Amino acid sequence: MSDLLRDRLTSISGFGMSAQEDGYCFRPTHPEQVREIFEIARTTGRKVVLRGAGRSYGDAAILGEALILDISRMNRILSYDPQTGVVQAEAGVTIGDLWRLGIEDGWWPPVVSGTAYPTLGGALGMNIHGKNAYRVGTLGEQVLSFTAITPSGSFLTLTPDNPDFYRIISTAGLLAVIVQVSLQLKKVQTGDLDVLALAPRTWQEQFDMFRRYEPEADYMVSWVDCFGKGSQAGRGVFHAAWYQHGITGAGHTLSLTHQDLPDTLLGFFPKSIVWRFLKPLNNRIGMKVLNRAKDFAASTLGNGKHHPQSLVGFSFLLDYVPNWRNAYLPGGFVQYQSFVPKEYAQAVFARQIDLQQAAKCESFLGVLKRHRPDRFLFSHGIDGYSLALDFKLTSKNRERLFELAHQMNELVLQAGGKFYLAKDSTLRERDFMQSVGTAAIAEYRQAKEHFDPEGLLSSRQAIRLGLSRSSDLGMF
Amino acid sequence: MVGASSGIGRECAKQLAAAGVKVAAVARRAERLDQLKGEFPDKIIPFPHDVTNTDEIPDLFMRITQELGGLDLIIYASGVMSDVGRHEFNTAKDLPMIEVNVTGAIAWLNEAAHRFERVGHGSIVCIGSVAGDRGRVGQPVYNASKSFVATYMEALRNRLHRLGVRVTTIKPGPTETEMTSHLHMKKMPVEVAARKTLQLVGRSGEFYLSPMHKIAFFVIRNFPSLLFRRLSV
Repeated sequence: MSDLLRDRLTSISGFGMSAQEDGYCFRPTHPEQVREIFEIARTTGRKVVLRGAGRSYGDAAILGEALILDISRMNRILSYDPQTGVVQAEAGVTIGDLWRLGIEDGWWPPVVSGTAYPTLGGALGMNIHGKNAYRVGTLGEQVLSFTAITPSGSFLTLTPDNPDFYRIISTAGLLAVIVQVSLQLKKVQTGDLDVLALAPRTWQEQFDMFRRYEPEADYMVSWVDCFGKGSQAGRGVFHAAWYQHGITGAGHTLSLTHQDLPDTLLGFFPKSIVWRFLKPLNNRIGMKVLNRAKDFAASTLGNGKHHPQSLVGFSFLLDYVPNWRNAYLPGGFVQYQSFVPKEYAQAVFARQIDLQQAAKCESFLGVLKRHRPDRFLFSHGIDGYSLALDFKLTSKNRERLFELAHQMNELVLQAGGKFYLAKDSTLRERDFMQSVGTAAIAEYRQAKEHFDPEGLLSSRQAIRLGLSRSSDLGMF
Repeated sequence: MVGASSGIGRECAKQLAAAGVKVAAVARRAERLDQLKGEFPDKIIPFPHDVTNTDEIPDLFMRITQELGGLDLIIYASGVMSDVGRHEFNTAKDLPMIEVNVTGAIAWLNEAAHRFERVGHGSIVCIGSVAGDRGRVGQPVYNASKSFVATYMEALRNRLHRLGVRVTTIKPGPTETEMTSHLHMKKMPVEVAARKTLQLVGRSGEFYLSPMHKIAFFVIRNFPSLLFRRLSV
């Protein structure tokens, strides 16, 4: 048995590169092989950790000495109807695969993350959201049905009228392996969005803009300069965007060539090496200057102007600079996102940034979004706002950063807020329990007992949050 | 920690456990391992095993990494030195030194090297000896076994350093352990030898544990053979 695993050993990390583990990687191409992997787990006494594209930032898709079930090779489109926009795909199909499939027929994935790389299976495990979360909710709400395999080997096909639908989506792949998804794409008339850029100068203006455009805009997102202090605190750039209707002669915008992100800057500079130039700037001083420069440009040149932008360009900001995360090497980074009810969001986020500045641990990027509640078990959806942050991790600041995160978590919990498992590295068991509530935890435990009584599905995050028993891991 | 029941190995295991590291303690003498576990019940997991049973090693290695939840460091400290007389040529006394000092080291460290090559991180430490620097009148086979260790480790280092794996050869001089209890000379306390060894983890290279040894063995290594054979060192 040791030979079977020996050569599958590989080192994996979360996307933030701040947590790393060694495990045994299996990349099945067929659902039947998923069953076999659970069988190997049983005979070798190991856990199974699910992994899609590995885009969760923290430790959700890693576990030491476990079998890594990487679904990325189950990536076939099983059916697609250009008339109705209904797609049936295997779970390893990525968001990028989906938009490429439908765009020329005027179909766009209804919910996309800031990067096109996540797989459908991973995205549903985490129940991702996009910049239109306040309008259409999470990805799970767009699913017509999905098929999952439980660790005991049975196939389940679930639709939104089944309570288990809301349990398997959002629980980070700890109950079953989603292997097929049926999804309704969104009809678009053109491949461009009409984008409005505004430059809020304060927290108050930030939230005023969200309130102002919430009833009409299809997408809203705002960038926050976390180095802004005093009267400048909360300054940033707000974007609202609309699908365009009734425009003739815009057919070319639905082509792949119009959508695809260029591989050069200004037509000649290769983007693949941009991260190497970012790296020397990727520190407090460099980022302070860069944030300031971006803010200056946005508040003078771009303020109040409308411009067309391709769906891909607007949606997948994180894909602009390939391998940008390498600028955070060697320590990696911690991505932190908290969700706060609308009444308290402004106060909580302003305080979070004050705390960062006091700790000299400012986030190099801040992204503000609007959300709405949904009925998924470990939902992060809330009638409020979220602020996503990127913290550089070094050997010197680790303790300080985690202490800061715990203070920020406390603020969120006091306000009745929530967290997002794809972006969590810092929660403690009681924090997570408090955020989702004891009823949700009890329901999860019951579902876990039902679908995975042997506790095969696990992850480092699941152990940290008390969602998987570490006792049968052989650890002590 | 292979060779955790006595000497530098046992002391390294204790110091690692005291620093909060989870240690798989591998050695032949189970009762000594249990004693070690008694001292650090949360940190030390005993694995009784005789390094000359090389067939067991691949599966045991997998079991250990599973129990630990990963592997960052392996230290091979198993070593024996037979009491060989100045005029003795005794194969029965010589071969066990090869089995433990050489064959066991290959079998264990090959497993570790394979693993660390795959994952691109990790540290391999092997306890060699100053005795490996020259073939001398007192201990031909012990000298040769430790010389083998140094050369084998150098080769691992040249294979793995570029991948991010650190390969460290430690060359202690006489140390206060059971192995050298019959030798009457100045010895380094075992706690000190272990502490210095652990400080070198993560540095690729060959290291002596005292500046005196570094100088003395520089001279000894470079002493002309024509004269060396006339000495009785």
